Amino acid sequence: MINLLFEMFSYNFLVRAVIVGLLVSLCAALLGVSLVLKRYSMIGDGLSHVGFGALAIATAMNAAPLTVSIPVVVFAAFLLLRISENSKIKGDAAIALISTSSIAIGVIVISLTTGMNTDVCNYLFGSILAMSTADVKLSIALSIVVLLMFLLFYNKIFAVTFDETYARATGVKSGLYNMLIAFLTAITIVLGMRMMGAMLISSLVIFPALSSMRVCKRFKTVTICSAFISVICFFIGVVISYLYATPTGASIVIINVFVFLLLWLAGTARTRFLERKKPAIFERSVS
Amino acid sequence: MALITCENVSFSYDGNTVVSDLNFSVCTGDYLCVVGENGSGKSTLIKGLLRLKSPQSGAIRMHADLKPGEIGYLPQQTAAQKDFPAGAYEVVLSGRLGSRGILPFYSRADKEAAVEIMKRFDIYDLAHRCYRELSGGQQQRVLLARALCSSVPSPHKSSRIHESDGSRTDGDRTGGHAGDVHASGGVRSGGLKVLLLDEPDSGLDPVVTNDLYRQLDAINRESGLAIIMVSHDIHGAVRNAGKILHLKNKQIFFGETRDYINTPAAAKLLKESPL
Repeated sequence: MINLLFEMFSYNFLVRAVIVGLLVSLCAALLGVSLVLKRYSMIGDGLSHVGFGALAIATAMNAAPLTVSIPVVVFAAFLLLRISENSKIKGDAAIALISTSSIAIGVIVISLTTGMNTDVCNYLFGSILAMSTADVKLSIALSIVVLLMFLLFYNKIFAVTFDETYARATGVKSGLYNMLIAFLTAITIVLGMRMMGAMLISSLVIFPALSSMRVCKRFKTVTICSAFISVICFFIGVVISYLYATPTGASIVIINVFVFLLLWLAGTARTRFLERKKPAIFERSVS
Repeated sequence: MALITCENVSFSYDGNTVVSDLNFSVCTGDYLCVVGENGSGKSTLIKGLLRLKSPQSGAIRMHADLKPGEIGYLPQQTAAQKDFPAGAYEVVLSGRLGSRGILPFYSRADKEAAVEIMKRFDIYDLAHRCYRELSGGQQQRVLLARALCSSVPSPHKSSRIHESDGSRTDGDRTGGHAGDVHASGGVRSGGLKVLLLDEPDSGLDPVVTNDLYRQLDAINRESGLAIIMVSHDIHGAVRNAGKILHLKNKQIFFGETRDYINTPAAAKLLKESPL
């Protein structure tokens, strides 16, 4: 096992990928809890598709992929947030609209420039070789920014996630914090997209949160547990992809699915067991 | 002292007027119930009073002493909360957030205040339980504790609060609260002057609803906190509230409860709704 890890980390590209991947999966897991609970999961998915379009255009223009995609995806995040808050337009339909159009634009741009080749496959399903040294530096810096922002605004994020109306009524600027969540999500998705692939990156946001909600009962424990699950699943996924030469992104997702099922079973078993122990919960009335 | 005064206020959504001609005022120590059928504009009015929605016309005047942070709020429960993994303590503590401003973390005083209020409402033993697993009555008490959490003066700042709210604070502290309703232990009106409740009784069984009414009554009596409650339960409203505001897309009645029960509107509503 130790030998295997030494062997793996003798490849520089793998070290880079693992560092960025760990940071990104940490960010994604933390934000994911809030996104899932706010019913914003589809925004994460939509953003990754917008990211695909932006990446394709960046490549066509020979520009640095991250510097082009980040502003585009951040803009899309604000737009999607606006749409889902506006009850007149159906939010989910609008997200589907934006994500499919972005994919279409991306595919057209790619086929006009480099032609449909392995690049497209890499964009869609991720490649562990995608990270250059400059990318790694930018990714590390941005992930640290995302983590710090999340920690600083943790209490506010909890408040606007649990009860936005109440937060707003008591003077918490919930619109601002919703935008912050969208902003941080956009950055995280762009950073993780090339390794995980546009099709798979949203799993990094959604799975750890859902998995930890099977067994944890409090927001803080759900958040911490989700972070651990995400990091561990990422690491196991990378090792497996190295051992069996499977695609990295897909391997990580499969591990996440496995963990989700495991915790779901554990959660169900525990509820059943507890229910049998305590047949009824009596309401204690104040006398 | 009139804390909130509405003058010819009307609200609308997308140009359709929901409720109009609102003229009423809420004074210190009032217990006002807003009644009316579904869609009569009750919840819209609450949003207006919280400044979440601005009136289409007319004016809502707040007394100069009533700061935005001094209105407590117990909202209707949302669907998302029904399966939200949050500890009861986390929920109560978030009531202190409004007073934190830009500061990112809770102080020790905030945490002590949350513990104190949970003990008063007899929910301290539920502190680490999951909110979604509590019964309806317990959830409502957690939300009530959250709404009143900001009113617990933090120990380090208590001298300042004494100055601003002198006599009542002291009277409350010495006032007997042994064996009384738990909430009556003296929720001091430290930072809070008005409590808005949006149908706190929905989905609760009659016993739990009565508990809630008793707690509200105690809070109202002992701390002089003005209560504005939207309610479906017209019988409970006339039994408990001192004043009634009856809405039916406009103001049907505003005044003392004893005058209200003799009006035809009250008779109709009382007859229509089952006991």
